[in-house]
Amino acid sequence: MSVLVFVEPEDELSLQALALARTLGEVRAVSIEGAYAPAAWAQALVEAATDAEAIVAAGSDRGNELLAHVAARLDQPFAANVTAVAGDTVTRIRWGGSLIEEARLHGSPRILTVAPHTQPAAEPVAVQQLSLAADADTTVRVLETVAESSGGVSLRDAKVVVSGGRGVGSSEAFAIIEELAGLLGAAVGCSRVVTSAGWRPHTDQVGQTGTKISADLYVACGISGATQHIAGAKGAKKILAINSDPEAPIFSTADYAVVGDLHEIVPAISAELRRVRS
Amino acid sequence: MRVLVCVKRVPITGGKMVLTADEQALETRHLGFTISPHEECGVEEAVRLVEANGGETVVLTLGPAEAEEQLRDCMAIGADRGILLRTDGGDWDAQSTAAAIVDAIRGEEPFDLILFGNESADTGNYQVGIRVAHALGLPVVNGLKKIELQGDQVRCERDAGGTRDVYVVPTPAVLSVLEGLNLPRYPSVPGRLRAKSKPLAVVELARPEQKLEKLRLVVPPGQGKQAEILGEGAAAAPKVVELMQQLGVA
Amino acid sequence: MIGGGIVGNSLLGHLAELGWRDLVQLDKGPFPNPGGSTGHASNFIFPVDHSKEMTQLTFDSMRQYKEAGTLIECGGIEVARTEERMEELRRRMASAKAWGVDGVKLVTPAEVKELVPFIEESVIIGGFYTPSVAVVDSLRFGTIMRERAQELGAQVFPNTEVLGIDVEDGRVKRVRTNRGDVEAEVVVIACGVWSPRIAQMAGASIPLTPAVHQMIDVGPVPRFLSSKSAIEFPIVRDMDTNMYERQDGQGLEVGSYAHRPILHEPDEIPSIEEASLTPTELPFTQEDFELQLEHALELVPEILGDESVGIKYAINGLLSLTPDGLPLLGETPEVKGLWSAAAVWVKEGPGVGRAVAEWMTRGESEIDLQSSDIARFYDEQKTSENVKARASEGFNKTYGIVHPAEQWASSRGVRVSPFHEREKQLGAVFYEAAAWERPHWYESNAKLVDDYDVQPREHEWDARWWSPNINAEHLAMRERAAMFDLTAFSIFDVKGPGALDVVQKVSARQMNVPSGRVIYTPVLTPSGGFKSDLTIMKMDDETFRVVTGGAHGMADKKWFADHLNGEAHIDDLTSKQTTIGLWGPRARDILASLTSDDVSNEGFPFSTWKNVDIDGMQVLASRISYVGDLGWELYVPMADGEKLWDAVWEAGQAHGIVPAGIGVYGTTGRLEKAYRAFGFELDADYTVVEADMAWWKVKNEEFVGKEAHVAHRAAEPVARLCTLTIDDHVSKSGMKRYPLGREPIVTPDGAPIVDAHGRRSYVTSAGAGPSIGKHILMSYLPPEHAVEGKQLAVEYMHELYPVTVAIVGSKPPFDPENERIRA
Repeated sequence: MSVLVFVEPEDELSLQALALARTLGEVRAVSIEGAYAPAAWAQALVEAATDAEAIVAAGSDRGNELLAHVAARLDQPFAANVTAVAGDTVTRIRWGGSLIEEARLHGSPRILTVAPHTQPAAEPVAVQQLSLAADADTTVRVLETVAESSGGVSLRDAKVVVSGGRGVGSSEAFAIIEELAGLLGAAVGCSRVVTSAGWRPHTDQVGQTGTKISADLYVACGISGATQHIAGAKGAKKILAINSDPEAPIFSTADYAVVGDLHEIVPAISAELRRVRS
Repeated sequence: MRVLVCVKRVPITGGKMVLTADEQALETRHLGFTISPHEECGVEEAVRLVEANGGETVVLTLGPAEAEEQLRDCMAIGADRGILLRTDGGDWDAQSTAAAIVDAIRGEEPFDLILFGNESADTGNYQVGIRVAHALGLPVVNGLKKIELQGDQVRCERDAGGTRDVYVVPTPAVLSVLEGLNLPRYPSVPGRLRAKSKPLAVVELARPEQKLEKLRLVVPPGQGKQAEILGEGAAAAPKVVELMQQLGVA
Repeated sequence: MIGGGIVGNSLLGHLAELGWRDLVQLDKGPFPNPGGSTGHASNFIFPVDHSKEMTQLTFDSMRQYKEAGTLIECGGIEVARTEERMEELRRRMASAKAWGVDGVKLVTPAEVKELVPFIEESVIIGGFYTPSVAVVDSLRFGTIMRERAQELGAQVFPNTEVLGIDVEDGRVKRVRTNRGDVEAEVVVIACGVWSPRIAQMAGASIPLTPAVHQMIDVGPVPRFLSSKSAIEFPIVRDMDTNMYERQDGQGLEVGSYAHRPILHEPDEIPSIEEASLTPTELPFTQEDFELQLEHALELVPEILGDESVGIKYAINGLLSLTPDGLPLLGETPEVKGLWSAAAVWVKEGPGVGRAVAEWMTRGESEIDLQSSDIARFYDEQKTSENVKARASEGFNKTYGIVHPAEQWASSRGVRVSPFHEREKQLGAVFYEAAAWERPHWYESNAKLVDDYDVQPREHEWDARWWSPNINAEHLAMRERAAMFDLTAFSIFDVKGPGALDVVQKVSARQMNVPSGRVIYTPVLTPSGGFKSDLTIMKMDDETFRVVTGGAHGMADKKWFADHLNGEAHIDDLTSKQTTIGLWGPRARDILASLTSDDVSNEGFPFSTWKNVDIDGMQVLASRISYVGDLGWELYVPMADGEKLWDAVWEAGQAHGIVPAGIGVYGTTGRLEKAYRAFGFELDADYTVVEADMAWWKVKNEEFVGKEAHVAHRAAEPVARLCTLTIDDHVSKSGMKRYPLGREPIVTPDGAPIVDAHGRRSYVTSAGAGPSIGKHILMSYLPPEHAVEGKQLAVEYMHELYPVTVAIVGSKPPFDPENERIRA
């Protein structure tokens, strides 16, 4: 089977997609340079894929977007965020990973993206640069890039995230979360309940519809652990949950737990950190 | 101006995913329903645009008869009317969903903006908006955290890992939005009461052949893992710091 | 203790304080909020209720919440949109005075507006203001009680799910959990909506159903933004729309009992993990709340009409409903050592905790829990159909105007007597007692109303659930004879070599009597109050037949069963035997025409029983009377019932017999004779001496409550039960009014009357005395008022009516020498 793989330069997720693509057949890796213009880029992919039996990309923002355009152009089905392929059956994630679907992907070529962090990265391969057709429609393209308004450590890339949920109780009470985050050089996160209540901006939200983090340590304080939230938190290597309810669902996702009132525990951790450092 | 927002009825899941015995769906007996968080922001944005510029917000869904509840919810926060593409409740793949929406839009045009959530909370297919735009020959921008109407153009911002990409496209356009675009309002009591009598058009649909055909659902392993208890209350602080040191983050 | 909500925690704390040390508490959820109904309760308390027992429990709960620092007094107003409701609020004024809730007043719309400035006063016509209405922190209180118990040695296990309860030889043995077994001699089920499911594990029944109470929270309310505490304005109950509105911090909570009854199955409640919120906060069903929103908007438009105020939280909260709206307390009749403390709301929780703890410790509680005794139900009342039907019907009465005699519409015709068809032909109007259908009066007697010139009642409320036929039937009985359907009696034999010891122990009066005697006896609590009153027939040396009222029969049976000694057993005849009452001056003539056996006064004296032959049937005839006339209770097997009815009916025709209903038997007949009724005059709050029923000699044998009873006899009573008559029935509006019972008896200027034990005087029973031409009231009065001829007043619908103390003590107003029954 010949497989066309869209890769982005120096992109871990693209290498993961490549790994799955290799299990399908002979891989041809392509990329596109220049200002991002999804419709035009998709057109280039379609033109390059005339004899491809499968078209694969990473299940990233761009990968999913581009292959959706490709599928729309070809009027073929498209399976996003696939974790495995067996014949015409794909395994893919739903609910941000809280549920798995097995589905039959009809049609040809097979168009699919690869769910992030479900495959080992492949060795880099030679990548063919595609160019856009002269008549490509670039109505939709990136015109400029501006700085994001929020300061502090980026949630997505932070090594440590200290996060608060409903149990924190109020926007003022986030002071203890900020204090601990400050000591650890960590980003402050929160659950969806917190942003809905207006206690924190949405940019702090960890979750399926917020930011998906990849920290070394995620400290979840007063967060019950709804699947919505876990979908954003499970990219962390280790999760420490602090919660007064020992049966909170978060404890079946967390690696470590402290049971009790976060309003006592979090300041105690901050104090202990200061003590050992001095 | 006229804005269409497309939304999807999804269950409000708790801490655990439970499947029906036939592994075809989530067990929703005890669950309430809502729309995807991205879509909530889409509805809020549409209502704000229409509040500022005049016009009409139409909210559309494809789903079972019960999805009227979600359309009424949207009307309660300001959408003017609803379109229910009524199904028997089974899953529709993205291709057939998009086709049905396109058919519905063709009878309702023109819209200045057609808003989607970037992806649905449940199936996460990432493609319905794009397919609809394609079929209608409209520009489509995805993943938006900011929308600004500028005459007959719309300026859009999208997160790009620490920075934001800016797009400016002419209207009419299809826009897929993300949660965080705004903070959606709660319905007021007068809003709730008004929603009852707002117009709702219902179109009966039969499900076409599915090209991405669900076979079964599986709850992934990993649920039910037991965390290692470091301690109780403030007394656990030294062990927590010890752990942080071991992990090299303290 | 299974359960860590308000009830389980309160009870645990009180048990520890009463000296229980080996206590274990389990809950499948976490503390402090395990996810049951306590966690989402609206936590407010209105103390005034028409029920004495519930008011006492609520009052005690408020005291406990207050002492623990978990109560904020905010006041509350029940508002009326209709004149009918205003009348109900006037009735609440009377109940407040009767049960001792002070400071209440009726307020005008303008006064309501002053107290609750965000209300739209034009939609109401008045209100009932209770300054002591309060909001409590039930989770905090529960935690305090649990921790108190822990300090005294209780072990507490949250997150521990009960998987089974082992019972051996009818006694609870151990509780099995997902974390191991707990051996226990006593197990309490305080599991709220899950209680039926837990009880079933032990083979017991806790007849309640989870039901939905909808509530929403809106906010932020501009007016509340500067509030310093959780609640600064009185709570408003919009009674006519079955809703309430209360401030909750910066929000306003709106709750409803108006929507359709939405019942759930205890087995179908989601687990903690499956639930979107908690297991008892179910998804809100908007369509059930639409009308309620409109009603709420009418009353508080300033807040709910504000477009900036959003609906932030909306749930279908689960709570527990029972077939009669009352809690389910006490040891289950099925399993020794297995107790129920269920169907209790936050407003009663601490009081119930204390009372049940006392009951478990001392065999009785300071607050009499007879109405809430779980043993009160017959099997027919515990069925899922009955529980659901009655809970559904009762739900919308939560804020309802419920007439004291109001009958249930659902689940009727469950138990009928063998003469039911005959009664229907005679136009019987049936009331229900313990699932039995009983004629209350007969439409066929309407012609007698003219014969006896019985006056109708002028006011609809007084005439509701009443008929002048009752008085007419009464007068016909006094003149000729009447027959009564008494099938609802509870009848059981205590049998065996130890039977005498059992009945001696339970009964205050001497039971070592010759066979053939019928003895009426009080049954006492350990502290000498009334546990029951009933009659016992001595059948033979090893058989005593207990006959007691249907409504309390099951609780009585349990009380006897609790005192079995291994040498006796109980044989329940309730469903096997039927009873016809035959009374009136012509009763002997009628009976004599039916049997050749000797029914003369010499051959068949009062207070005896014997078998007589009627048309080949062996009929047990017992010569006693609750209506004060010559006659008998006639007992036959159910199968012979109709034949006996027909025989008496036909023989009676020549003597002018009429069928008469319970209206005569339970009210007019007995009140004229000053006969006391359990649950009315007689309860655990009052003694035999106070009821003036200590005309028998204290026996030498031991019996429950003896020591206290002897002490009561030795002391001067601080209250005495009196018969009063109304001197003037005419209200300010010129209409004759007739109190129905439970109203306060007050001084002529309206001041409450309180005895030395702090008990207020109230009307225990009220009803017509057709033969004496007066409306009769009974009430306990302290000695300074218990003086014949003394002028007092009864407060009815917020008006005073003059009354006179006609008789102090038990002397009957009609036939004071009892010549009729001994004729």
